[in-house]
Amino acid sequence: MEQSSQDAASELRRLRWQCRRGMLELDHLLDRFLDLGYADLDEGRRETFLRLLGEQDQRLSDWFMSRAPASDEALQDLVDHILDVVRAPAPGG
Amino acid sequence: MSLPTRHFDALIIGAGGAGLNAALQLASADLRVAVVSKVFPTRSHTVAAQGGVNAALANVLPDSWHWHMFDTVKGSDYLGDQDAIEFMCREAIPTVYELEHAGVPFSRLDDGKIYQRAFGGQSQNFGGDQAARTCAAADRTGHAILHTLYQQNIRARTHFFDEFFALDLVRDAEGVVCGALVLEIETGEPLLIESKATLLATGGCGQVFRTTSNAHINTGDGMAMALRAGVPLMDMEFFQFHPTGIAGKGMLITEGTRGEGGYLINKDGERFMERYAPRAKDLASRDVVSRAIVTEVKEGRGCGEHGDHVMLKLDHLGESVISKRLPGIRESSKIFAGVDPVVEPIPVFPTAHYAMGGIPTDRFGRVAMPAGQGSEEVVAGLYAAGECACASVHGANRLGGNSLLDILVFGRLAGKDIIDFVRENPYQRTADSASLDQAMGRLTRWDKQDDGVPVAQMRADFRKCMEDHAGVFRTEEVMQEGFERLCELRERLPEVRLSDHSKVFNTARIEALELENMMDVGFAIATSALHRQESRGAHSRPDYPDRDDQAWLKHSLYSKDGDRMDYKPVRTKPLTVESFPPKERVY
Ligand SMILES: Cc1cc2nc3c(=O)[nH]c(=O)nc-3n(C[C@H](O)[C@H](O)[C@H](O)COP(=O)(O)OP(=O)(O)OC[C@H]3O[C@@H](n4cnc5c(N)ncnc54)[C@H](O)[C@@H]3O)c2cc1C
Repeated sequence: MEQSSQDAASELRRLRWQCRRGMLELDHLLDRFLDLGYADLDEGRRETFLRLLGEQDQRLSDWFMSRAPASDEALQDLVDHILDVVRAPAPGG
Repeated sequence: MSLPTRHFDALIIGAGGAGLNAALQLASADLRVAVVSKVFPTRSHTVAAQGGVNAALANVLPDSWHWHMFDTVKGSDYLGDQDAIEFMCREAIPTVYELEHAGVPFSRLDDGKIYQRAFGGQSQNFGGDQAARTCAAADRTGHAILHTLYQQNIRARTHFFDEFFALDLVRDAEGVVCGALVLEIETGEPLLIESKATLLATGGCGQVFRTTSNAHINTGDGMAMALRAGVPLMDMEFFQFHPTGIAGKGMLITEGTRGEGGYLINKDGERFMERYAPRAKDLASRDVVSRAIVTEVKEGRGCGEHGDHVMLKLDHLGESVISKRLPGIRESSKIFAGVDPVVEPIPVFPTAHYAMGGIPTDRFGRVAMPAGQGSEEVVAGLYAAGECACASVHGANRLGGNSLLDILVFGRLAGKDIIDFVRENPYQRTADSASLDQAMGRLTRWDKQDDGVPVAQMRADFRKCMEDHAGVFRTEEVMQEGFERLCELRERLPEVRLSDHSKVFNTARIEALELENMMDVGFAIATSALHRQESRGAHSRPDYPDRDDQAWLKHSLYSKDGDRMDYKPVRTKPLTVESFPPKERVY
């Protein structure tokens, strides 16, 4: 038990570093999602999150900014989910 | 102390455009070159540069490198070194063609030539009509450049240490820099890399301010390493605030929005830039626009509940222009500001964007230090290039599109000079144990386990203080108060503690090390700004509203030791053409 919770903690720290990107927009989306939404992901979506982190910054930026669809459905689904979790509310709203 | 040690001809710290272009020269010349990067190389901040790179190709409108030079000298508010600027503007043309041949997919005109966009501060004929000088690969120029350089480095067998954090430079018994102590982030283990020459290419430091366009990695590590090695930082008071960051968040709304016809309004709906820059209006250089926005806010014409920002209006451009010509802006505004610019304006405020100052170098990337009596000395074997360096081409204010140019031109030149240096100095020096102990001390200091101030709190207090007291508007009173507050924070730094002492991927420890770096760099900015009693370029002092060439046409040099300031003359003599004498800067 002890070992596995340590592993989970170090896995989370590893992910945290993978959320460090070359663009502030991505830092903001990924890092906040790690805090706000990652814990609620099921095993399958966690794997998708890992795949997402392995992508190039420019592609991620294209996907998050809706300039291009993600390369498969699972990734697109996760991108949409991250946006829902992190998106700013309308001013005054 | 016995540490795992690796040896290379050259060590490059940083894998952005500057580091990779330097590494490529070295690897192509069959030198053994190591590149250390705290993040995977293609996640370096260069990837964020979407606007493009300047070169006087004259593909869209007439142009010449000499006009480009004039604009850069004028943009620098005459603080840039004119020899370095001439050099960079001449080199711009072959540099862009070289990138084109290397495979960077520049956007093209119908006739097949590289498309060029108009950016603020670009003129024809020494201050005449708007020029179009910026070459872009769609809106992904930085990405295209970084990837091209990375692929070429892989092919040339550059040795990459990905996700290694450089802690400090190390010296031999004679005091000569001979590599760096680095930390493998995954394992938490230190590694000594000894090299015949070392290049700092660690990029910018925007994270020292609370609101910034810079990614989280931009913490000024290389600048702080130089300071700790006794090298002063030059012209650090000159920090460019991009006029249009998303208010409260910092993300950049590209200058291209104004290039395409967007403009700024205050709470009365007035297009206020017409008052500040009658000719260039919203395309005036960044410091002029930033100051105008802050003035509007200070004088009560700001928008929103707290009147703390202005609005960037794009809706008149229509949905198709916004979607086609400004991809990403609509989504970015929706995600980070919660507004759709097709129907409503975007709340914006200046965001800390670019450090004009940095580690002082000559045209060849060699770190140069004052050696008393106004003379200068090259620090043997130590180089710097890119945003962390100051070859002094941006002076008091950088023009959009000139930074990618700077990192490419001087990165390459540093690489070439290192080749000669290593050939002339082929022996490997060995790090001295005192120097190693000092570098290791940076790590072990964070092993203390008692109670103390959390890193996150100190970081937040520090960045807020920098924003409030060393930001866009700077009076003696505001800055003096800020300096005292910073001193208090610095005194408390030894009390800051880590709560997580694990080894594997301990990102909290990296953030602690970055905090120390940011504080060193923050002091350089705040101290230099406090001392410069004039307004020039990005450094704006309401209490000294004019530029004072008599007293202040000189570079400032901040040393960590005693927060000392020194000064050195601006190099006003270009390489082959006449000097551009200081003139009032109007747009
Ligand atoms: C949003 C944005 C848009 C921009 N757009 C443009 C533009 O259109 N045109 C233009 O000319 N300029 C632009 N700029 C400026 C330009 O992008 C940067 O000045 C430039 O990319 C800096 O390149 P660099 O090679 O010096 O550093 P970076 O690309 O920042 O690379 C720094 C490298 O150093 C490494 N590093 C840092 N610290 C350490 C450490 N302690 N240990 C190990 N490695 C370390 C990092 O991992 C990274 O690899 C823009 C800047 C921003 C913020």
